[in-house]
Amino acid sequence: MTALLEVRDVSVVFDGFRALDGVDFTVDHGELRFLIGPNGAGKTTLIDIITGLTKPTTGTVGFDGAVINGKREHERVRLGIGRTFQTSVVFEELTVLENLDLAASFRRPLLSLLARRRGVTEKVAEALETTGLGDLAKKKAGVLSHGQRQWLEIGMLIAQGPRLLLLDEPVAGMSADERARTGDLLTEIAKDHTVIVIEHDMDFLRRYASTVTVLHEGKLLIEGSVDEVRADPRVQEVYLGRAREEAAHDVVS
Amino acid sequence: MTAILEKPPVTPAPVKEPRDWRGPALFALVAVIGLVVMPLVLEPFRLGLLAKYLTYAIVALGIGLAWGQGGMLTLGQGVFFGLGGYAMGMHLKLNDAGDGLPDFMVWSGVETLPALWEPFRNPVFAIAMVVVVPGAVAWLLGTLVFRQRVRGAYFAILTQALAAAMVILLVGQQGLTGGTNGLTNFFEFFGQDVAADSTQRGLYFTVAIVLGVLFLGAWQLQRSRFGRLLLAVRDGEDRVRFLGYNPATVKTITFTLSAVMAGIAGALFVPVVGIISPALLGVVPSLELVVAVAVGGRFALAGAVLGAVLMGYAKTYFSEELPDAWLYLQGALFILVIGLAPKGIIGFFRRKDVTA
Repeated sequence: MTALLEVRDVSVVFDGFRALDGVDFTVDHGELRFLIGPNGAGKTTLIDIITGLTKPTTGTVGFDGAVINGKREHERVRLGIGRTFQTSVVFEELTVLENLDLAASFRRPLLSLLARRRGVTEKVAEALETTGLGDLAKKKAGVLSHGQRQWLEIGMLIAQGPRLLLLDEPVAGMSADERARTGDLLTEIAKDHTVIVIEHDMDFLRRYASTVTVLHEGKLLIEGSVDEVRADPRVQEVYLGRAREEAAHDVVS
Repeated sequence: MTAILEKPPVTPAPVKEPRDWRGPALFALVAVIGLVVMPLVLEPFRLGLLAKYLTYAIVALGIGLAWGQGGMLTLGQGVFFGLGGYAMGMHLKLNDAGDGLPDFMVWSGVETLPALWEPFRNPVFAIAMVVVVPGAVAWLLGTLVFRQRVRGAYFAILTQALAAAMVILLVGQQGLTGGTNGLTNFFEFFGQDVAADSTQRGLYFTVAIVLGVLFLGAWQLQRSRFGRLLLAVRDGEDRVRFLGYNPATVKTITFTLSAVMAGIAGALFVPVVGIISPALLGVVPSLELVVAVAVGGRFALAGAVLGAVLMGYAKTYFSEELPDAWLYLQGALFILVIGLAPKGIIGFFRRKDVTA
């Protein structure tokens, strides 16, 4: 069986700046993959390439055996590629339930959207349950906390029944408690979905990651298990080493 | 907050939400006032004025849909109002002229009826064009610009430019369009004397019922999943794209609906007021209606309708009493509303938790 996602030799150049440089990136069905790297390593750019927000300068993006370079964003979503953003964007004027329902309805023909929503569909109920937002279903999304918004976004993704989920820093800005819950939610989702997670947080990584891909300055540095990656001297240099320097800096100042 | 780990026992999601009867009750009340009380208490001249405001309210309803719900600030609804109005006006002119030419063509030295006019003899064709032409123009424009992700102020300016261009076109084609004077001096409206009180009364009822039906349709649309999607497009077009919808399609459909409403309004305006001319559909009247919608409350369809009727009355009242003050008052009102009450008049009557 071919891999679900195959990014081949992708480069992206923004005004002379190489955000990505000949990156190969393959994710198999059912994998939970973490994507890490220092700021500016090209993590989000890679996600943007996969979802169609950015066009690669060279290289191809393959999804489920077909090259999808020419597809637009919403077409890729219809193929089953869903994503969240670093800053969560839920629709504040809609209730939690309406947000989920809207996400779940995207395959309905346009004409059937003219009918009112009656009750709650199975997929939406499932997403409410998985994310634990059931009690907030009728609240406007605008009143949710930062953590709840992220969960709602993840819930919206699940409600779409995607084949590949891309989560861009889902725990950024969360409290320790919220991080733990998001980690559990992630483990739960990864049971029956293919998931790619961008994450900075090393602690989070150690607890929830299995396979990790490290990007550095637009290039793929190493791919392997958490332990392999942590033991790799290059990673320590570009990533952990920097953290050590920062720690030393903190002590000095 | 609900824990994700310790899930609460799943409460079966509510299958039906309780119905809110206040909206329908209010609609029924307004319908009774509009269809029973007003025709009884208003003298023919005042009833005619109300009919005129109600045609504006139909345009406003479309603006409420496109701008309030969909975030498309359209400053050129006059274009569609005009297209509908001219389609109707052309039919009435031809009907009055019989075998001859419409009067203004004779004055302009036109000797044969232009080919564009010929099919408008047929009332069915003319009425179809009232809907089809504005709809097609809006669809074309929407398809072109929304796909290219033209939005916000750029879209607003584009629509305004369209209104200005339309006026120039109409004024320039004197022999074809009646130029600055437009089309006027109508005598007969579908077999009736257009100036007769009974005809005007019938027209009032027609306008009121059309407004009511369109309002119900727009209301249903707003409450549907499409309506939710439209709000989502307004508040986060890019996010909607990543939900698998094409925002351009949603916007094009809505913009087209709003244009069709303006076209119908224009067609009704012609027999009610007895004229359609470039001055009635240019930049200024288009803007006036946007101001009216803002004053009434753009986030609610009822606000848009209310705004159009109130501003219509205010304009008439002040033009009768203090002709010089009206423009200043209108501008001041707009600034006040945008600055202090962005939800408009209707915003004062709505509960805090209801916005859409």
